[in-house]
Amino acid sequence: MSPQKTLATAQRVLRQLHHDRRTLALLFVVPPALITILKYVFQASPATFTHLAPLLLGIFPMILMFLVTSIATLRERTNGTLERLMTMPVGKLDFIVGYALAFSAVALVQSLISAGVMLGLLRVTVLGGTLPTILGALAAALLGTALGLFVSAFAASEFQAVQFMPAFIFPQLLTCGLFVARDHMARFLQLLADVFPLTYSVDAMKQIAFHASWSTTLTRDFVLVLAYALVALVLGSLTIRRQQ
Amino acid sequence: MLMHAYPAIVTRNLTVKFEKKFIALEDVNITLPAGKIIGFIGPSGAGKTTLIRCLVGRQKITHGSAKVLGIKASSAKLRGRFSYMTQSLSVYPDLTVRENFSYFASMLGQRGKAKSAMIAAVLEQVDMTPQAGRLVNSLSGGQKQRVSLGVSLLGNPEILFLDEPTVGLDPVLREQLWDLFRELVDAGKTIVLSSHVMDEADRCDDLLLIRDGKVLAHASPKELCIQTGAKTVEASFIQLVRAMQ
Repeated sequence: MSPQKTLATAQRVLRQLHHDRRTLALLFVVPPALITILKYVFQASPATFTHLAPLLLGIFPMILMFLVTSIATLRERTNGTLERLMTMPVGKLDFIVGYALAFSAVALVQSLISAGVMLGLLRVTVLGGTLPTILGALAAALLGTALGLFVSAFAASEFQAVQFMPAFIFPQLLTCGLFVARDHMARFLQLLADVFPLTYSVDAMKQIAFHASWSTTLTRDFVLVLAYALVALVLGSLTIRRQQ
Repeated sequence: MLMHAYPAIVTRNLTVKFEKKFIALEDVNITLPAGKIIGFIGPSGAGKTTLIRCLVGRQKITHGSAKVLGIKASSAKLRGRFSYMTQSLSVYPDLTVRENFSYFASMLGQRGKAKSAMIAAVLEQVDMTPQAGRLVNSLSGGQKQRVSLGVSLLGNPEILFLDEPTVGLDPVLREQLWDLFRELVDAGKTIVLSSHVMDEADRCDDLLLIRDGKVLAHASPKELCIQTGAKTVEASFIQLVRAMQ
């Protein structure tokens, strides 16, 4: 692995995004816009909104980054650029980590904007404070990036990649504890939720929203989310084969 | 003409099977010289791309061996000594021409002033200097093809593997590319290209006629016509296919 090539890859991905203003707008505007809409959906019940909004900050960045990353890396596989790169003196990790770095930078900006809108404009109270809130959103976005990199290997077209959203993300969304507390769900769903990474992202945001101090549970949730992201990155690099 | 110490490519009993059933290449034994334009000629599905992918190390070989510049085809030692232009454009359409060249040059380990000089030289070589700041997806088909070829010229590779480099180009642009190929070979490079267009075969120094995963003939266009008694490479090809059946 070469730091120069990794950084060049990250820089290239950011340049591509820079030329694609619409995608950038979607990445930065959609999560805070959705949270804002939710505020007015729960106009008659502001307490429900205050409860849900921080949790959504652990979900929306993950979903958006999953979509963008999976399609961006799938394009590399289908338009021949990955084929060309794999015949060059480029390490697979240069490619994967370069992507992860680029999308982490995007995720950071996205997290700052989303958390800023939620805490500043919408006046949602988060007991854990601003910095942990931003870190929670960032961890969720990183998780989405890593899972998107991994899952893109199993899609042959952009159409299929989009289908991974309901197949891969929705089950996690339904069982993560957003709609119903996990211990109220059927036992087998609880077990499933225990292995789904989104569960820990939402748990982390719950901890941040409703606890003033940084607990060991919160540390555990962050460690698990980042561990899932790391495993997905490693698995993602394994799906890139020098020889087919 | 520069002298080369070893053949550019040597394969022995090279066989590729897909899913253990379909034979894409069968017992390919070739020794191809360096410093020439070598054409892999044959219809679509003949095995040309599979052979190129074996030589650039992307395709697993089921049986036999392939060496490029005296080194095992899939060896890491070879990376950077050759370039590969795939059938699809294999450049980033949402980057400018210069950004594409800059990225791929970085992947070849170039940096600083040497990288800038290399990019300027390649832009000049493929006649894309005026379009350097334009996004690739805003260029014409021929210009995109030149960008893709330009990426293959970065890093001063000894061998260029070009898969159908002239497909879909107008005759004038094809002529320009062939002039460029000749210049590159005169400067000591080896060009291996594939084509299903028989009239391009005459422009190659060395030909490999491929069909159904088998090499039907390996000769220069002139030798091929003498061997078969046909007037053109296309007629030679048809004669060889009939002789096989």
